[in-house]
Order: sequence, then C-alpha cells, then structure tokens
Amino acid sequence: MKIRYGNECAKNFQIIKYGEKLVINDIIVSFYPSGHILGSAQILIENKNNKILITGDYKTIPDDTTESFKLVKTDTLITEATFGLPIFKHPDPDKEILKLLESVKNFSEKPHIVGAYALGKAQRIIRLLRKAGYDEMIYMHGAIEKISNYYIQKGIMLGKLKKVEKEDIKSLKGKIIIAPPSALKDRWIRKFDNVRTCLASGWMMIKQRAKQSKVDLPLVISDHADWNELTNTIINCQTQKVWITHGREDALKYWCEKNNIYAQALSLKGKEEH
Amino acid sequence: MIKFSKLLVQLIYCSSNNEKVKIIINYLNKADIQEAGFAIAALTNNLKFKNVKNKTVKEIINKKIDKTLFDLSYDYTGDLADTISLIWDKTKSNSASSKSIVDVVKQLNSNNTDLEKYITDFLDSNYVDVRWAFIKLLLGGFRVGVSANLIKKTLAVYGNKNKDDIEKIWNGLSPPYLNLIKWLRNEGEYPQIKMSETFHSMMLANSIDLKKDLNKINLNEYLAEYKWDGIRVQIVCKESKTKIYTRTGEDITYSFPEIILDFKELVVLDGELLAGKNFTPTSFGELQKRLNKKNPSKKLLFNTPVFVRLYDILFYKEKDIRNKNLLCRKKSLYQCYADIKNNINFDLSEMVKFCDYNSLNKIYENTKTSKFIEGLMIKKKTSLYVPGRRKNLWLKWKRSPRYIDVIIMYAQRGHGKRSSFYSDFTLGIFNNNNIVPIAKAYSGYTDKELKLLDKFVRNNTIKKFGPVREVKKILVVELAFDSMQESNRHKSGISLRFPRFHRIRWDKPSDEILSLDQIKLEFMN
Repeated sequence: MKIRYGNECAKNFQIIKYGEKLVINDIIVSFYPSGHILGSAQILIENKNNKILITGDYKTIPDDTTESFKLVKTDTLITEATFGLPIFKHPDPDKEILKLLESVKNFSEKPHIVGAYALGKAQRIIRLLRKAGYDEMIYMHGAIEKISNYYIQKGIMLGKLKKVEKEDIKSLKGKIIIAPPSALKDRWIRKFDNVRTCLASGWMMIKQRAKQSKVDLPLVISDHADWNELTNTIINCQTQKVWITHGREDALKYWCEKNNIYAQALSLKGKEEH
Repeated sequence: MIKFSKLLVQLIYCSSNNEKVKIIINYLNKADIQEAGFAIAALTNNLKFKNVKNKTVKEIINKKIDKTLFDLSYDYTGDLADTISLIWDKTKSNSASSKSIVDVVKQLNSNNTDLEKYITDFLDSNYVDVRWAFIKLLLGGFRVGVSANLIKKTLAVYGNKNKDDIEKIWNGLSPPYLNLIKWLRNEGEYPQIKMSETFHSMMLANSIDLKKDLNKINLNEYLAEYKWDGIRVQIVCKESKTKIYTRTGEDITYSFPEIILDFKELVVLDGELLAGKNFTPTSFGELQKRLNKKNPSKKLLFNTPVFVRLYDILFYKEKDIRNKNLLCRKKSLYQCYADIKNNINFDLSEMVKFCDYNSLNKIYENTKTSKFIEGLMIKKKTSLYVPGRRKNLWLKWKRSPRYIDVIIMYAQRGHGKRSSFYSDFTLGIFNNNNIVPIAKAYSGYTDKELKLLDKFVRNNTIKKFGPVREVKKILVVELAFDSMQESNRHKSGISLRFPRFHRIRWDKPSDEILSLDQIKLEFMN
C-alpha cells in the first residue's frame, strides 16, 4: 500500500497473516485470500451468532501471482459485482495470452504496447507470458517498475524486466512493453513509432466496446470474478443474504432472488476496473 | 462461418484502411467464389433475409434466455450481436461450425427452414465469435468500419482492375456477385447489367480558387454554371417509371413523389434538387424538411415544393452517352428537356456567359449576396462523364468563406491517428452572459497547431464527462464557414455549414468577440 499510495496513506499499519484471528471485544476478524492480486484479502467478521464475509475484489481462477481464492462459509455475503452480468464469461487467460504472442510473431516489425493496470494486472500479464514460454526482455513503463520489483522481492518470477528508456526506443521492434492503460491515450505513447496497442481487461469481452477503446488487440484478461464465478461463490459459501456492491448490482440481485436468496444493493464508494 | 467470423473480428479491431484492404484480400484468396460473393454482399449491407426480423430473433432469444437478464445485458452493451453471442451458453459440440456462410445464407433464405430451430441449433453449437458473426449476418448493420467504397477499392486491388469499371456496374449487380468475382479472377467476361434499374456513379468536382489558381487551367476550354445549394440527384426513367438517387446511390424516390418523368426509353439525368416554387430556390434548410420523410403529407408537399435543376445527361433514348463530351451531352440535354418543359418540377441550369476571367470574377463576386448559390462550377467542355473526382475536369469555385470568432468549450479525442489528441471541438459564443454552443469543428488546423490545442485542453480542463473534457472558456478561434442558417437543433438557434478552424487567436481576449445578437445582425439578412 505504501508503494502504491505513499508512506502516509494510513495513520497506522498492522500486519496480519491469512487465517490469523483478531479479537476486538466479542468480535473476531480474520482475513482470507481473495485471489485478486498479491496480498488481497476477503474479510470475515464474526461473533457467536453471525458471520459476515466481505469479498472485496476477487477471482477464483488460478493465478501465479497471488494466493488462491479461499472459499469461506458465511451467513451474509458482501460481494463485488464488477462483472455482474451474464454476458461476462472470461476466457482461459493461458489461451488469451497466446493471442499476444501470435501477434508479436505476425507483426514482428512493431513494438507491442500492452495496457494493464499497474498494480497486479501488469505483473500477471508478465507471469502469463513467462508461463507460455516467452523469455525475452519485457519492457515496462515507469509506473509499473516499483510494484513489479516488489512482486519479485516476494518470490514471483517475472524474468528479465527493464524500464523503457529513451535509448531503447529504436530497438523495440517485436518487443513487448507493459504500460498502464492511461498511457495508451497519453502523450507518452507518441514517442514510439508504428506501435501495436493491446489492452488487457475484462471489458474487452464486448466487441463494440473494445472497438471504441481503439486498441489493435484487445485481451480479455481480468482480475475480477466473472458471472459464473460470482454466482457459484454465492451458492458455495451457503449464504442466506447477499449484499451487492461495486458494479452492476441489478442482474445479480435479480439472480439471487430467483434462487431464493435475499439480496440488496449496497452503495459504496470506489473505482471501477480500468 | 469460422472464416467469415475471423474476417469480421480482424476488421472490427483494425483502424487502418490499408490494413483492412489486406485483410479482406487475404479472405478472398482463401474463399471459394460463393463464399467470397456472400461475404462482399454482407459487408456492403446488400444481404437481406426477408424471413428474419429483429423481432423474430428477439422472440427466439426470449424463449431460451431469462428476459430480465437479457434486457439488463443488452441495455449495458447496446449491441444485439454482442449481447446474444456472449449471454448464450454453448450446449453442444462443434457440429455446425463447418457450415460456410453459403450454407447459412441458403438456409436463412429457404421457406422450408424452421427458423427457430435453425437459429437455436446454430447458437448452441458454435463459439462466441462465430455466434457474433452469425447474428451480425442475420440482422445486418455490421459496424465493423468498412464502407462500400472501401470494398470497391479492395476489389479493384484484388482483381488488378480499374475501380471505375467496378463502379460502373456495381449498382446493377446483385449478391452473390458471381459474374463480378469471375471477372476479377480472370475467369469470366466483364459483367453486363440492366442500365435502367441502376444508379450510375456520379462525376464529382474538385475545389479551385481561380483568384490563386487561374494559371492552372486555360479558362477558354471551360464553361461555367452556378453552383446551387441543394442536393445532387440522379433521375433514372424508363417505361414511365422514375427513380431518384442521391450522390451515394441512396434511392430517395419515396420522399419526392411529385418528381415524375414520362419517358418510355431509358433516360438518366443529373441535376440539383432544390426547394422552391416557380423555379425560385429557397434555403437549404427548407429542403431539409423534405429529406428522410418516407411518405410526405399533402400539407408538406404543398408548403415545401421542390424541383430539379438539370445540368447533365448520362443516357438518352437508351444510349449511353457518358463517353460523349460535355458540349454534346448538353445538346442532348436540351433536346430531352424540350419534351418535359411543361413539367413544373424540372428546369435547366443555364450556362453563365463570360468572355474572360474578369467578367467571370464579377459574376463570382455577385454570388456572395445569394443565399442559395454556393459559387460557380467550372466544367471542361471536352470532359467525358467519368465517375469520381478527376483533376481539372469539373471544378467548383466556392465563394470565399465567412468568419466568426468563437470560444472553445469542450474537446474530445479523435479517431485513428488522432486518437491520443484532443482534436474534436465544441465551440460557443456569448448570449447575454452565458456561452452557448454554435458549432463543432475538427479540421482546418495544422498538425503543429493540433499539438498546441491538445496541450491547451490538457492544461485547462475543468470537468470530464466520459470522453469529453470541458475547458476554461478562454481560447478564441477564428472559425470559417460557408453559410449560416436558423436551426432549432443548437442552443444558439443557428447552425453553420461546414465550420472549420481558420486561425487560433491565442492573443485575443474572449470577452472581445461578437455576441449571438450581433452575429445574427451581421450574417442573417
């Protein structure tokens, strides 16, 4: 958090391990992996009679850069709903990343700039590339460097990485450069010649929307649960009540009610995935 | 359908026209003649299934998919093909995927097909991208960024043929264009078409400013006509049936039931459609009331009469005279007009008499006071009627633009090359103490100026609305435009024809520009 938001982003910091129980009066608070990014957690708040689980941002599919999602049984579930519509069924990321490698092969004269959220998504893309056997140098926009170094420090193998410098620009043909999505629209991108732009996001599922993003290669890779993961989690955690936040509440609420689970929308402040 | 869906997916994410040409040619090379033909028909929106309606498809979907979830999803994506292809749960293995676009078209056109079963089975047994392409094919309107013109250009490159030759027959061909593709592949003759049932691509003019470019042409070789501010139309008549087409070949006959000719033998005429009574034109705004009205009411026909001012002829008494020179064609036009001179919906565009540049220039200067003359047309007397814009054959000498100062209010990023630049601007003027929008403009500046404008927007943003940025109302732009009209579409109550940047007035304080009232006084008389 300090790397991302600065040293003063909170007054006090307290480190806690997954599964460790924190007792506050007669309430117990514990944290479980949410599979979203490195260190992300679901929060379980319980007393003798009742359990409330807050998923936060989560996904249940495997990801090398984070601890796997842990299913926790609860009475009340507060779930995210970023992709809370049945049109969102994310494809297999291992297959999706092959599209990028194929493009690098077919357009070997072009630098490939991949837009990926700096915290988590960028490192996951790098890891997916390594897993698929890509072992060339991967270049990074400055905004990605610090967090990637932290991931490496935590033992996640990202291979050869380099912050892209002025002197690199001419030698980037057929290379992969990872940058935050905003950089694709920013002045930063103008210094490269003849680029192919890619964007890794769950939103890329919708073709008209992907077209509007004006990238050459959309990649459907998301760190959020898709519709099937959302609904399966609701069933499997055996909750009676669901509170829905962060995203498209209507469809998920309707689905819950149709399946005889009480549900209501909960408005919380927060940002959408990029 | 796998090949076809791959083609569509490649096209939708491609922003360069040259790349699109390559992608389509790559498909044509791999496709058999029928596949190629149907794909071309689909991409040019010429494939229609009379049995399949939007409603039919929605009803089928509602039987399989929960209606509330579907509506919420459709509401979110705004695209039927995206919604259906994504929400559908694939239930069977890939049995139908080997079916080509040809089979699909055949099935959809057949009266023996159980549409509901066919569509459901297809969706059940195919992957997302194929389902998506299938729905696009069913409902038309591909929205993959390919124009009919780009397809014609692609076909010319593909067959190594002249695009004009494709242009000449295109509108008379029908899917799946087998004779066209055979000819392109050098396996057949140049296709013959029915001239009477076809729109013939129009000859267009290039801009010229004779004040600067007089030395580029020999004025003696040219004749002059007024450039009327209406819409260009082509009238095709045979067996007493009249058709009216716009410059793009759109059939607008139904909007103008009073434009009727009575020739037995084929006649094709070229002219300007204008609003007005007794051959006295009114403003373009009047004509707009008649456009896109399918069955105009008697009241509208009475209140807003129209007529066609003829200036050229392509076919006369069955004969194609496009290969005759302009003076010959004018002679035929006069002969033809003699037969219809009592028709109150047709008159002739008179030639402007001039002996040299000075006398022509005087006429040009006089056009400036007219509301419905845009300038002069200068046409080479020996020019044949050829489609498209050719150098120095037909020239338009538009009257010089008028200028007003406006303030930049909002900016949006552009497309393609300009996608990282704020290049599309909403411009406003003062009305009392408010600033109201008067026009949008996205041209007229140099690349260097665009960089400066982009920097200005980024540094002076006060609010963001999705892709739109509102900026501090401090930068004045001198805007060029062709004419000004009343309009209730804009808050300012006026609209400009062809607004574009003329100069950026970095120096001018925004409170020194003319107000709405002052502008109306000066330009609307």
